[in-house]
Formats: sequence, structure tokens, C-alpha cells
Amino acid sequence: MSAAPTTEVKPAPPAIEKIKVKVDGREVEVPKLTPDWQGKFAPTTMLQACDIAKKDVPHYCYHPKLPVAGNCRMCLVEFGTPALGPDRKPVMNPDGTPKIAKSPRPAIGCATPISPGMEIYTSTPGVKQMREGVLESLLINHPLDCPICDQAGECKLQEYSVDYGQSASRFVEAKVHKPKAVDLGPRIMLDAERCILCTRCIRFTKDVAGDDALGIVNRGSYNTIATFPGLPFDNNYTLNTVDICPVGALTSKDFRFQMRVWFLKETKSVCTSCATGCNVLISSREEKIYRYTPRDNDAVNGPWMCDAGRLNFKWIHRADRLKDVLVRGQKSSWTAALSEIADKLKQAPAGSVAIVASARQTNEELWLISKLKTKLGALSDSVERTGDADKLLVSADKNPNTNGARLTGICFSEMGINLPKIAAGIAKGAIKTLIVFGEDVTKHGISTELLGKLDTLIVSDILPNATTSAAHYVLPGCAHAEKRGSFTNTKGRVQKFLQAVQPQGEARAEWDFLHDLVYNVTGKNGFLTIEGLFNEMAKDVPAFNGLTWAGLGDTGVTVKI
Amino acid sequence: MIVKRKPLNLFERLYLPAIIGGFKVTLRHLFKKKVTMQYPEEKWVVPEGYRGAPYLVKDQEGSTKCVSCQLCEFVCPPKAIKITPPGPAGQLADRANAEKMPKEFEINMLRCIFCGFCQEVCPEEAIFLQKDYSLTGTSRAEMVYNKEKLLALGGTHAGVQKWKHKAEEAKAQENFPVKV
Repeated sequence: MSAAPTTEVKPAPPAIEKIKVKVDGREVEVPKLTPDWQGKFAPTTMLQACDIAKKDVPHYCYHPKLPVAGNCRMCLVEFGTPALGPDRKPVMNPDGTPKIAKSPRPAIGCATPISPGMEIYTSTPGVKQMREGVLESLLINHPLDCPICDQAGECKLQEYSVDYGQSASRFVEAKVHKPKAVDLGPRIMLDAERCILCTRCIRFTKDVAGDDALGIVNRGSYNTIATFPGLPFDNNYTLNTVDICPVGALTSKDFRFQMRVWFLKETKSVCTSCATGCNVLISSREEKIYRYTPRDNDAVNGPWMCDAGRLNFKWIHRADRLKDVLVRGQKSSWTAALSEIADKLKQAPAGSVAIVASARQTNEELWLISKLKTKLGALSDSVERTGDADKLLVSADKNPNTNGARLTGICFSEMGINLPKIAAGIAKGAIKTLIVFGEDVTKHGISTELLGKLDTLIVSDILPNATTSAAHYVLPGCAHAEKRGSFTNTKGRVQKFLQAVQPQGEARAEWDFLHDLVYNVTGKNGFLTIEGLFNEMAKDVPAFNGLTWAGLGDTGVTVKI
Repeated sequence: MIVKRKPLNLFERLYLPAIIGGFKVTLRHLFKKKVTMQYPEEKWVVPEGYRGAPYLVKDQEGSTKCVSCQLCEFVCPPKAIKITPPGPAGQLADRANAEKMPKEFEINMLRCIFCGFCQEVCPEEAIFLQKDYSLTGTSRAEMVYNKEKLLALGGTHAGVQKWKHKAEEAKAQENFPVKV
């Protein structure tokens, strides 16, 4: 892929001076400045240099997208700088290399800037001993209740205990006991005993979410994370503190005692709750979805996502999901229903068919529908959904694929203007056949009485509604977690998502049966797989020209919208 | 390979010496101590350390020890164990401080291979391989033992009551400065 059609306006990277440092004896070139948590350039730190040199430095409080606090002391490393003589000139060794003056004290990697010629030592016996000491200190009052802790399996204390811990505690005194199972907010549970006071949650909610809700109260070993008295911790980003909490102090109430994390299968996906399209991991086990967690994508959501989107997956397992192909209320088969529909559509005179697609469908599905539309000369539109936006991630547009619907020609830049025309067409009797995908049109100006006037009403949906109960043909579809596809987000980023769980009952992915339908109606074939389908679409839709399914990668590609 | 058989000599061909030899063996065993056990009327004494069916145990105060950490489910080679965690709204453990207890705990005894990994991995000493070796049932469903059945069969196992100890320690520190 030489000419990827991206319109990403990358500011010309300012020429950043590179400096040479040595990490554990290996010389690496490191930029003098690195973007900090806000994206502003700040002096590169030793920890970032070690990261570039692929040397792991353990840390708890440091997070690349949060201000540096430097309080856990886990990233202590030893270092040295070139020695200077009385004349301020570097002192040379007999062999011509600069003499290194080793610092008498260690320094924390996360907050110490590098300097030219610096040498960082991350694996000396001293560094190892310091890490062991810090870990032992953090574990003094830790309750060690891993068997009942939801963090077990993804806990930094557990991970570093394997590397630097002792098999038995030397501490014989009684541990300090702090409050357990504290209700911190509607979605967050705090276990103060497990907390190591890294302040990641405090920094996140103050500096990123902009809600200065958390703080530390009490002194010494009674230090406890707390909210202001009477004020709940309930902004729309609270669950991110659960992700960044390196231990099990902050846990999600929704995921509390649901499943151990090591059983969960993680599938790369995209959140569908608004047009931002935050990248997520869907954690599932045995066809049940347990949680969504944000997946790093600096072009979209960074490492965060909102609580509303994160918890919006319960409907996927609703018991009343549409599971059967229905032809006039009777159970049927896909083959029979699709060929019957295709026959009807082929006989339909031009202009007698209308299509209401959904901007919750994928690019591929919308493109297939646009093929039907062109063949049938149909009127088409989609339904707009708006809500409140915020400054961080939430978009006012609640459809995940509004731009996809526009680019594939399903709707105009103003969504929903064709709906009254379709309603009028049905009322006049000009439109005899209506195809509806994933929308309840009775709520959008096409009443049940109007639907009753139609000769044929073909509806594909996930959950039952007034439109599906009026339909002559019901085609059960899939939730995004049950199929593959791609969305175009509000900024024009095309992002793919993968299948986490199997479809329920007879349900089939919309692109899959749409392909059959389009083949039956138009005779066009050649894209049996989602990869092939996407590549075919990319050739056909000007905005997607040059894209390939594989080329989308995990984090997507931005196109011009 | 062809084995050449030696032709029998006269003594061997007489047949009677072999019969008499056989009777001698039979007679000798007739007067020896009997080794056959009249199972199932007579039962075998199961030795210490025998690995029979795994059951859940209760502590000396009659509380469920299992906290549904699901390590046994993870380690179980034939995937015989299935634990349903309590979830956010579930019942809390019947011991102070341990907040978690399984909602359901099932062992499929048809799958179980009595390897003892579950007992070895359990951080709570809540599951033990006991002395039952003859498990019978009239259906497959009957051979899936649920939590109630496992606890009833398991009995009591006295041990370190770690959560109780923690609760007592916390109670002794009730002068914790601020109620959060």
C-alpha cells in the first residue's frame, strides 16, 4: 500500500534533536523531547528512554496519559552522566571513552530527564534490591485477598511479586485494616486495604475527566482514597479509574464477582454507542459478553472510553432477541425467504420500492443496500439519532456509522429528509414495498397504518419492535459483537471490528444474507468473505478508494469525508 | 519365524501326570487363606492419601470455605468443574471479611479424573479428594454434583480460619480514624 488515502493532518513533526544515551550498556538514540500526557513536548525521561531501548522498568504510578506523580518509587534506576573536569570539559578514560560519573543515589525513571551521554542501569543488583524493597513496603498492609479480588490476573502487584517478591512476608505485626467494599459511586467499588496510593485515579479524574472528585484523606498508613463527603463519584468516565488502577482497589460494580479475567477471550472491536467509535476489547467467555474495556488508539480515544458506552452491551443477551426467519408470522428458512424476497423485488416496478437503512449498520452492509437501491431505483434514507455531547469523547451523534451511510449514498448529508417522502409515497400507494434495516420506522413518521398499506414489508432487526411485528418478512440480524465489519466514525476514521460471540438462533450477519439477496436480485457476485466484500466496496466507493481490509489494521485509517 | 515343535515323549503323552499336577495346585490353594473379597457386602479399607472423589468442605464453624476464585475450574484438566460466581448482586460469603462465595459449584463426576489438581491449587483449603471411589447414578445429569450435594458429602475440615482472623484483626482496630 504505497498511497494510503489518508487525510490525517499530521502537523509536520518538529525537528527534534536526538541524543544518545546508554541503557544497560547498549547505546540508543532518543529524541530529546517526547509528547507528554497532553501531547505537549517535554524532556524525555529515563523511563521513556528505557522503553525505547526495550528494557522493562516496573512502575505503578506512571501512566503515559497522566501527569507524572513519582510516588510509587518502583521505577528507581541507577544512572551516571559524563564526568566533567574543573575546566568543564568531559574527562576521558585512557581508552578515549568519556568517563562516567555514577550517581551516588538512584533516581525515579518516570520523572528524571535524560541528558546526552547518560548511562542508565536497570538490571544491577542494587536496582533489583530497590525494587524488592519497594514491593515489600507496598505489601506491608496489603490484605492479600487475591482469591476474592476482581483484579487478580491483571494485577501489577501480582505481576511484580512474581519478579521481585518474596515467598513469605517478614512482617509479623498486625496489618492496618481499612474500609472494604466502600460504595464510591454508582459504578465504582473501593477496597481501601488493597490501595497502594499511586494516585492514578485522582490524577485521571482531576486532569483528564475534569471532575476533581477524588482525594486522599488521613495520614500515614491510614491514607485512604475518598470522595468529598456527600459527593458521589459519578461522572461519565469513572470506570476508566478501574482500568488504570494497578491493583484491585477500584473495581467495577457491574463486573464485580462476575468472572475471573483469565477466562475471558478478548476480541478487538469498536464501541457503537456514539459516532466517536472508541476502540474496545470485548471480553467474553462461552458466548457470553462480560465487559468492554477501552483499547489504545491515539487517533480516536487514547486509552479511555465513557461509562455509558462501556456498559451498553446488556441488550445483546436479551431473551427476546429475534432468532427465527419469519415469513408472514410463520417460521421459515433463509433460502426460502431470500429467494421469495428476491423474486418479489425483481418483479417490482421501478420506484415502487423504498429502503430505510440504519446508520448502525456497517459500511459493507450499507454498500450492499446501496447496490439494491440502484438496481431497484429505490428511495432510501436512514434515521438520525442525537444526544448530548461532551468535551472528551462522547459525540452528539449517537449513530456509529453516520458517515458510512452518507459515503455509501444511503442518505444525504442531512439524514432523515427522505422519510416524509417515503411516508407520502406509501400513503399515495406509489410505494408498495418497504425494506427496513434495524430501525423502528413507526417511531419515525411511518405509522403502523401506513405499513398496513404496503404489499411487502421486509424487516431485518435484532430486537422485536412495532415494525418487526407488522413485517411480512422478518430477517433476524446480528449485534456488532456477533459479526465482522467496519464503521466510519465522526472524523472519517474507518475502523474494523471482529466477531466476539456466535449469533443467536437462526440469526445471520446482515452482510452475509444481504450478499445472497444482492446476488439473487442483481446477479452480482464475487465477495463471499468480509475481506473480499470490503475490498470490493473500497474500489466502488470513491471515499474508500485504496483501502483494504488488511490495511485497516487494528486502529483504522482516516478517509476524507 | 517357524518354531519347530519337539514331539512329545511317552511320559508326556500319558496325559495323567499333568492332570495330577493340576489337582495338586488346586488342593494346595483350598487350604490356604482366602484372598477374594465379597464386594459389595464386604468393603475395602481405603488407605490414607487415597484420591477419591473431590468434595467441598466446611470449616469448623459450618461456613462454606470456597470463595469461588475459580482456580480449580482453571486448572481442572478434563474441565469437570463449573463454578458460577455470585455476581454483583449475589449473596455474600457466610464468613466475615470474605465477600465472595460461589452461587453454584458443579463437578461432573463422569469427567473428573481424580487427579487432585483442584485440591492442590485451592488457596482456601475448600476442596479435598476424599475416599469415595464408587459413584453411581441413573443418568448423566445425576452425576453432575451441585454445591449442595458436594458440601453435604464433603463434611468438615478444620483449618486456619484466615478470613475470621482478618475480621478479628480489623475489629481490634475499630478506632480507624474516619468512616468513609
